[in-house]
Amino acid sequence: MSADERVRAEWPLYEVFVRGKRGLNHVHVGSLHAADDEMALRHARDVYTRRNEGVSIWVVKSTDIAASSPDEKDPLFAPSGDKVYRHPTFYEIPDNVPHM
Amino acid sequence: MTDTTTAQSGTDEGDLLAGFEATIARNDRIEPRDWMPEGYRKTLVRQVAQHAHSEIIGMQPEGNWIGRAPSLRRKAILLAKVQDEAGHGLYLYSACETLGVSRGQLTEMLIEGRQKYSSIFNYPTLSYADVGTIGWLVDGAAICNQVPLCRTSFGPYGRAMIRICKEESFHQRQGYELLMTMMRGTDEQRAMVQESVNRFWWPALMMFGPPDDESPNSAQSMAWGIKRNTNDDLRQRFVDMSVPQAEALGVTFPDPDLRWNEERQAHDFGQPDWDEFMQVVKGNGPCNTQRIAHRRAAHEDGAWVREAATAYAASSAAEVSA
Ligand SMILES: [Fe+2]
Ligand SMILES: [Fe+2]
Repeated sequence: MSADERVRAEWPLYEVFVRGKRGLNHVHVGSLHAADDEMALRHARDVYTRRNEGVSIWVVKSTDIAASSPDEKDPLFAPSGDKVYRHPTFYEIPDNVPHM
Repeated sequence: MTDTTTAQSGTDEGDLLAGFEATIARNDRIEPRDWMPEGYRKTLVRQVAQHAHSEIIGMQPEGNWIGRAPSLRRKAILLAKVQDEAGHGLYLYSACETLGVSRGQLTEMLIEGRQKYSSIFNYPTLSYADVGTIGWLVDGAAICNQVPLCRTSFGPYGRAMIRICKEESFHQRQGYELLMTMMRGTDEQRAMVQESVNRFWWPALMMFGPPDDESPNSAQSMAWGIKRNTNDDLRQRFVDMSVPQAEALGVTFPDPDLRWNEERQAHDFGQPDWDEFMQVVKGNGPCNTQRIAHRRAAHEDGAWVREAATAYAASSAAEVSA
């Protein structure tokens, strides 16, 4: 490597997910660069949980995430749009029926 | 996620723009993989990068005092504060990378002077009181700027700002408490505090940027929901908040025109020296050269660490697959 390339060499990008406390899902909090998984976890601890913001961390290389298309009107989500019968409000129940 | 490919075959640019504008009009957030006008992306890259660089360069003036803070308690506090600023820089670089620039490119643009950072960090920290003044006034001004940015239209930027704002309150309070402690000390200590406030007051007012009539990009940024308030609005808010804090502390601001205006229900105040501001922005402030030289040296001196970690990661990966 030339001196210039050496200064430029970049570690891969990782996405970071933190479980805020027991009982909650891991939630995406941001990204960071690290040489490997172990370093990514360590950096995630330092960058994203300096004040007890988490009890568990997941890291995954950004390139390993498959994502749906960004378009909101994507056909992927369209089929659920017209299935109103999947919602409880679709069903008319008289007011005098309790606990429903 | 770095994928910024947004071209949709068969959809024309006019529809995409209409969709984008409808999202902004609904006060909804734009997310990284959404289509966005090139100008929006460019403005955001410039603003978020400049913001990230400010956090990173901002570590230097205070970092300068970690070893010399007068007690273990003050050292630990200052270390934690400076570490937070590193974190803020990283949250913002992370947000900026979702716009399709890499962290390496951003670092290069900073050390080559192609992107800017806040003018405030080009002023020196001459006395320990400056640590307190920076926490109170500089972080205080940053809070005024940042709170409305939590509602900025670009999702990752807004989320980074929420995270940052949660941490800033500690920064401001530790600074103010430091100054209160010095004000309870000797005459000499009180004089140090006043001298420090005198030096930082005007540069702190400059942090909000030039007056509205000389800030040509503001209107577009507000229309896009990137900015939520004008420079002058935020500056006024900051002055009004700071005056009673100064009274409680027992210091004055070096502005003969500063007084309460009953009619406006706000303080009147003088203008900072905008020529000085332009000089500092152009690179001619007291510490510009030193700040960039230090950042460049840290980047270049760290090259072997990045390289060694990459080599180690490659060799452990090879071992696993062997
Ligand atoms: Fe910060
Ligand atoms: Fe801060």
